[in-house]
Amino acid sequence: MKKEIIISGFGGQGGLAIGKNLAEAGMAEGLNVTWAPSYGPEMRGGTANCSVVLSDKPVGSPVFAHPTELIALNEPSLSKFEAGVISGGCVFINSDVVTDKVSRPDLTAYYIPCNTIAEEVGNAKVSNMVMLGAYVAGTKILKPETIEAMIQEMFAGPKAKFIPLNIDAFRRGMACIQ
Amino acid sequence: MEKELWKGNEAIAEAAIRAGCDCFFGYPITPQSEVPEYMSAHLPKAGGVFVQSESEVAAINMVYGAAGAGMRAMTSSSSPGISLKQEGISYIAGAELPCVIVNCMRGGPGLGTIQPGQGDYYQATRGGGNGDYRTLVLSPSNVQEAVDYVQEAFDIADQYRNPVMVVMDGLIGQMMEPIEWHEVPKRDLAPKDWATTGRKDRDHNNIINSLYMDPEECDRHNDHLAEKYAAMEKNEVRWSETDCDDAEVVITAYGTPARIALTAIETLRSEGLKVGLFRPITLWPFPEEALRKLAKSDHVKAFVDVEMSSTGQMIDDVRLAVEGRKPVHYLGHAGGVMPTVEEMVEAAKKALKEVK
Repeated sequence: MKKEIIISGFGGQGGLAIGKNLAEAGMAEGLNVTWAPSYGPEMRGGTANCSVVLSDKPVGSPVFAHPTELIALNEPSLSKFEAGVISGGCVFINSDVVTDKVSRPDLTAYYIPCNTIAEEVGNAKVSNMVMLGAYVAGTKILKPETIEAMIQEMFAGPKAKFIPLNIDAFRRGMACIQ
Repeated sequence: MEKELWKGNEAIAEAAIRAGCDCFFGYPITPQSEVPEYMSAHLPKAGGVFVQSESEVAAINMVYGAAGAGMRAMTSSSSPGISLKQEGISYIAGAELPCVIVNCMRGGPGLGTIQPGQGDYYQATRGGGNGDYRTLVLSPSNVQEAVDYVQEAFDIADQYRNPVMVVMDGLIGQMMEPIEWHEVPKRDLAPKDWATTGRKDRDHNNIINSLYMDPEECDRHNDHLAEKYAAMEKNEVRWSETDCDDAEVVITAYGTPARIALTAIETLRSEGLKVGLFRPITLWPFPEEALRKLAKSDHVKAFVDVEMSSTGQMIDDVRLAVEGRKPVHYLGHAGGVMPTVEEMVEAAKKALKEVK
């Protein structure tokens, strides 16, 4: 089993955090993981992306041209990376930001209104948790309880009040995938 | 031991603190700025000294001073910043002081790019400063190794009273990977009775210097250094081999290209092609004998050297080890463009075709 995921969006959308969450959860499940960011000037408002590998074998290359899944949080991300996704791969799109559709028929596309759902659960900042939920439900590569345990740990102590919000967002994201 | 997810640069800084680093002097530069950033927050809490210097030149000279006073001293930078430190490194080597220098390499020449690179191989292994000196150069290809080597680097530096460099491409500094904090082997180290810590009850002055006005004396000093370098060549050479036992093509690579090569080898092996990886871990001293042994073996038909460099630099050492016995091919990119799995597969196949 090997997943090679590109998560891409504007700086500040939480794409790098989604990637880190996936890597943390993969590690918790005993997988070999890497997280590699793009660290160019795009951090200042352009497109920032990261590459995540989850694998049952040691990870060779932490970067790759052909992801198994693409998480596109903005329009430029979809146009930049769609062509590279492997045939039969999945694309997860934040449909509140991206109006374009996936053009390749050999890809499975999921359109998730991450911002709308985040606002519905109470905070626009948790849109990345919505996307994380969609990814977990769409790929079934990680157990939802691993992510929920991770959320509990992330917001331990004085930040504990954010736990229900994040878990809510995560579950609503999962529910978007049939 | 529980695994933790760490970013390379931050892990390196934490590793140095755990290895007893007393002083860190640095200056920000992408892609290594997380090292001084982490040090600024955590080294003082551990009882150490952090100084953000006014320049890289100042930082390396602060290392010179602190190392002379017997402190475990460290600096880190990225390629153009490491260039600025070369004079200081030559002085430190000449004065026989231990220190650890991390180069989180980016593309060059000049300011080049902030993306990962491996164009500083010559500089690290031949010495970018003047004179006959060597620095021991360790090259990790994942975050765990970076953590382990940085900790060991302090002991190696102390043992030989010589600068040790940890050289990695920017990707290893920037990426996150699970690591375990485990005890690295500790060396039996002599007390630093040469340190300039004040004369007190000593019957002689300790002097830290790299200047010898008497030619005979300078000659003797250089002979002494040469003996030390020979001892490192004898005792400190490290490398790793993957699938080399029956390999017809051996890929030589270090750092990130070495791990990309592992994926390429998996692909090639699944197609029935016998390809292996030879990875130098010490870039200096280079694992010359081990590579020569492979070059002499009947089953190895060709080598493919892969680097993040347009011209290739380590390839010179590969050729010196192979001594013309087998063809040595090259695959490389600069500017942060990574050699891909597909390119490595193609290069290995091409190398194999030429000899069959």
